[in-house]
Amino acid sequence: MAPEPVVPLVRILAGRIEMAAEIAALSGSGAVGGVVTFSGYCRDEGGRLEALELEHYPGMAEREIERIAAQAAERWPLTGCHVLHRYGLVKPGEEIVFVGCASAHRQAAFEAASFLMDYLKTRAPFWKREHLKDGTTGGWVESKDTDSAAADRWHRL
Amino acid sequence: MKLVYFAWVRERIGLAEETVEPPAEVRSVEDLLGWLKGRGPNYDSALAAPEVIRVAIDHEHVDHADPIGAAREVALFPPMTGG
Repeated sequence: MAPEPVVPLVRILAGRIEMAAEIAALSGSGAVGGVVTFSGYCRDEGGRLEALELEHYPGMAEREIERIAAQAAERWPLTGCHVLHRYGLVKPGEEIVFVGCASAHRQAAFEAASFLMDYLKTRAPFWKREHLKDGTTGGWVESKDTDSAAADRWHRL
Repeated sequence: MKLVYFAWVRERIGLAEETVEPPAEVRSVEDLLGWLKGRGPNYDSALAAPEVIRVAIDHEHVDHADPIGAAREVALFPPMTGG
């Protein structure tokens, strides 16, 4: 009988993400052979950008990421799965999102982390808007077709 | 039903949320978008290309062909750009 899927930890927060603490929490058991993490950062867009503003849909953002993370935990034999996503103003160089997947073997952890990011990009209700160095508010960041294609590939695997 | 709007949909409509009572013939998500679009120039501007609008009912993504049913909260927003 397959072991019960791990219950993922999902947090939506305004403050900084303590990545070292997340990795320590994911790796603290003798059952773990590898932890794969992805952290996404705010670019400065060639020096133009003062900050990114992340709007989210409170309530649905947590639930949608929990649904995606539960799918990952069903599909791969994970021992831990943490997903943290910020909202509000994020400065260039600061982290926006952290995904960490732990497993007995590396392949499951790599694939689950990649799956989580691809789905989070196209399904988690967050929207980015640029705040520019010249004091103006720029436009809403447009979604990319390549993100949809990246999520779709998991249906074919 | 309660409607909530995000990002440029919210900005163009000029409201973050509102409560509406659509007529009985508004049964699907597509019907709702069409009905809303006719409510004024701000709605028309937000929903000018209804096919790009994403919709969630009670915190779950739905397709435009899906029925509204007994939805309590319907959210309208642009394609997502998190991560």
